[in-house]
Amino acid sequence: MHALLQRLALWGERRLPALTRYRRTESLPIELHRRRIYLVPTAFGVGFTVLLLVMLIGALNYANNAALLLTCLLGAASAASMLVAFRNLDGLRLSQVQAEHAMAGQPVELTLSFDSVRARNAVRIDMARTRTAFAISGPDTTHVRISMPTARRGWQPVPRLRLWTTWPLGLFRAWSWLHPEQPVLVWPRAEAGGPAPHASATNAQQTRRRAGDELAALREYRVGDPQRHIAWKVSAHHEGLLVKDFAQPQSQPQWRLDWRELRGLDNESRISRLARWLGEAQAERHSYSLWLPGMELPLGSGPSHYVHCMNALAELP
Amino acid sequence: MTPDSTHAQQAPVDRRTFDLLALTTAVVLGVHSPHLPWWLSTLLAVLLAARWWQRRQHVMRVPRWIKLPLLLLLTLAVIETYGSIFGREAGAALGVGLLVLKLLETATPRDVRVGVGFACFALMSALLFGQGMMTTAVVAMGLLPALATLRALEPAQAQTGLPRSLLPILLLLAAALPLSLLAFVLVPRLSSPLWGAPSPDQARTGLSDSMSPGNFTELLTDDSPALRVSFDATPPPPDLRYFRAYVMSNYDGRRWQRAHLAGTDNTPAPLEFATSISYHVTLEPTHQRILPALDVPLQAPANAGLRSDRELFAHKSVSNPFTYTVRSALRYRLQPELDERSRQLDLRLPTGFNPRTHALAGEWRKHYRTDDPAIVRAGLTLLHDGGFSYTLTPAPLGRDAVDDFLFNTREGFCEHYASSFTVLMRSAGIPARVVTGYQGGYWNKLGNYLLVRNSDAHAWSEVWLAGRGWVRVDPTAAVRPERVTLGAAAAIGNERGWYHNDWLQGVRNHWDIVNRWWNQGVVGFDALRQRALLTPFGVRDTDTRTLGILLAISSTLCMGLGLAWALWRRQRHDVLREALRVLERKLARHGVVRRHGEGPQHYLARAARALPGQRATLAQLSTNYLHLRYAQNEPPPEPLRAFRRAVRNFRAARMVK
Repeated sequence: MHALLQRLALWGERRLPALTRYRRTESLPIELHRRRIYLVPTAFGVGFTVLLLVMLIGALNYANNAALLLTCLLGAASAASMLVAFRNLDGLRLSQVQAEHAMAGQPVELTLSFDSVRARNAVRIDMARTRTAFAISGPDTTHVRISMPTARRGWQPVPRLRLWTTWPLGLFRAWSWLHPEQPVLVWPRAEAGGPAPHASATNAQQTRRRAGDELAALREYRVGDPQRHIAWKVSAHHEGLLVKDFAQPQSQPQWRLDWRELRGLDNESRISRLARWLGEAQAERHSYSLWLPGMELPLGSGPSHYVHCMNALAELP
Repeated sequence: MTPDSTHAQQAPVDRRTFDLLALTTAVVLGVHSPHLPWWLSTLLAVLLAARWWQRRQHVMRVPRWIKLPLLLLLTLAVIETYGSIFGREAGAALGVGLLVLKLLETATPRDVRVGVGFACFALMSALLFGQGMMTTAVVAMGLLPALATLRALEPAQAQTGLPRSLLPILLLLAAALPLSLLAFVLVPRLSSPLWGAPSPDQARTGLSDSMSPGNFTELLTDDSPALRVSFDATPPPPDLRYFRAYVMSNYDGRRWQRAHLAGTDNTPAPLEFATSISYHVTLEPTHQRILPALDVPLQAPANAGLRSDRELFAHKSVSNPFTYTVRSALRYRLQPELDERSRQLDLRLPTGFNPRTHALAGEWRKHYRTDDPAIVRAGLTLLHDGGFSYTLTPAPLGRDAVDDFLFNTREGFCEHYASSFTVLMRSAGIPARVVTGYQGGYWNKLGNYLLVRNSDAHAWSEVWLAGRGWVRVDPTAAVRPERVTLGAAAAIGNERGWYHNDWLQGVRNHWDIVNRWWNQGVVGFDALRQRALLTPFGVRDTDTRTLGILLAISSTLCMGLGLAWALWRRQRHDVLREALRVLERKLARHGVVRRHGEGPQHYLARAARALPGQRATLAQLSTNYLHLRYAQNEPPPEPLRAFRRAVRNFRAARMVK
């Protein structure tokens, strides 16, 4: 039933964009202004209006002026709350959308930065089925984190967001579409399990397996550190004991991951296998290179290398 | 009580919201408690406190086996006390009870909203029991937590203390006040109720067959309709709209009463007249038998009888709206011959009361000898010129009420004047009696009928003059002619002198003035007052259509003001940007207009190319601007001032191309 309604809404939107005040994607920053903020009474607002009418008629019928006065007061306050609701959104600016890295199937965390010159209360963002509320206490920027479900890898548009508020009394709902033109890159999903990289690809150089001898840094002493690693001279000028930390160069094998060697698989399977290998290589701190059609990433390691490789995988056609 | 399944989707409300709702409920209970049975108020208060405490222990909802018996118990208690669940008192008791019980199952925002709506309704219904200023103020205060509850339901807000959460609502109500006052003034009043008379258990004060000073006060502030009169021909002018009800001849020093004379014949007093008018009266239920009729009815209508003083009495007391057709003479001679027995009756005064009045009347009699009309005139002159004032809240009178009134307090309303004048006349030997009834009324143009309200109740005198019979004398008119020409409301209004005189008479009086203002300005603000208020603005016709148009216009104006506020945006004051704007304007005058989306650097470089004479200055300005804008988060003040100065001094000489 819900799906049917949604499809009906989509169809109606295609036929009559004005019906849902549909907006095309826009480049950031997006500032809300009076021509794109819509005000409708909520269900409670309609009910409350009916209640006010009943009280009005009752007061007039019994010629009860005190009740009439207070009914007028309540009615005027409700009308004023409509303006407050509008003002709560008016001038709000979406200045930035930042996305975290996420694999297809996992939700991607979006950070929306909202600027405002005045305080805002109880602003809500609806995206798909999730709802987030936030407030801005003064002239400031607020970061709102929402998570966006993903299904497949590659560039994905941020879906249309509905920004709305029923502040202050819940009688009126001011709302507006936000449809930032800001695609989010979603990494491919790693396959659940499978073979390790081919022997030639791993190219395991059997190097010395011993503690590194290149001094990398000094760090605080931890229980269990070998005594001979303690940097006595430096420690003398320091409060606690310092220990020489040795890097372990060349300790990890080099993985040369190559698209061409994964014959007999379709593109997506290749991608998800490569994604798994990349993940494993990163987790085991191997250094790795990646060859993709039209792109070659040299040997490297570390988070930024991983990000480059995954981005390249995600962007594959 | 709603089924639990609907609550499943909504998150429970937080403690602040619940506290505010509990506070709202407490105010509702407080404002209703004066007319609830004490045990019910106490029980409900205990229940409310228990629920509040329980909710603080994080119990969201009370189990059904507690709620349902409580609901049943409440209904039974109300039926037991009032006999039914309908009617004003029973309805209020049930409503307040249900509101407290609603709190037992309040968990979700939806429950809270229902509760707040119901609480608002219950608050307003408290005004049916009395529209006093204090009650109204308490009810208005009750709106604060009610609206604050709604506000607290909104997510993502900073937690503040309870008083702080009421403050924004106070501001909202203050902002809404002008519009609500306009609406209050302009909403067209109903000339007749849309549905049935007020519930039967509502005690209405009507005219009664006895009159003592002060018992009209309630009546005169009661704006409910008393009777509606439609005329076959043109209606009589306002100063002849005297509706006679009771004729009172017995006076015991304090109270006037109808003469109950056993054995006297009930033949109506003889009446001579030239012309008469016919009209139809619809009387609101009074639970009495008296039928008011214009001065003076000729015959009794159906189902009614005419008494000797030409009072009309229905055969049954009027408990439903009762319509009768009467023919009355407006210019007449009533009872030209007064027999000795009636004469004695209408001269009788209790002995040992009001010596000063007697002395004054004796003087007049000596002075005017047998000239009765002259004595009547002297009496009216005394009231007119003797410094008397009209007020609904006169000072209390002592034992010699008439002496006290005529020589000390000199303030009062129709009752005092009629009573004193009659006593004065009797003391002077002129047969006189007090008549109560209604005077004036509001002429409804739309329906072509005269609406007479309870507040139009009036008392006047009749004196018997040889050759002219009973002559109506309205001593109140001598003091306040508006009472007769414009109606009761006008008489009370414009009464500035009264409080100026008594300004220093202490807190009690002050408070009374406030009450009186409230009664006049708010409670007594009827169609007549509405018209009087709008007349200075050139609005002569206050029919529903005109008022509707006025209301629409003024609401639009108010909303326009509100919109202006809502649309107004505080610009972030950026000195540097302002300075650049000035520069842009200067350059634009020489044809270098900044393009849309053009950066300052590019723009100033282009300007330098266009104005080679200023190249160095512009390059310097550009560098300075970029430095100020991008080198720091906030431009430092001294270079900023220098930059503004440079911009101010910048003069672009027109280049000859």
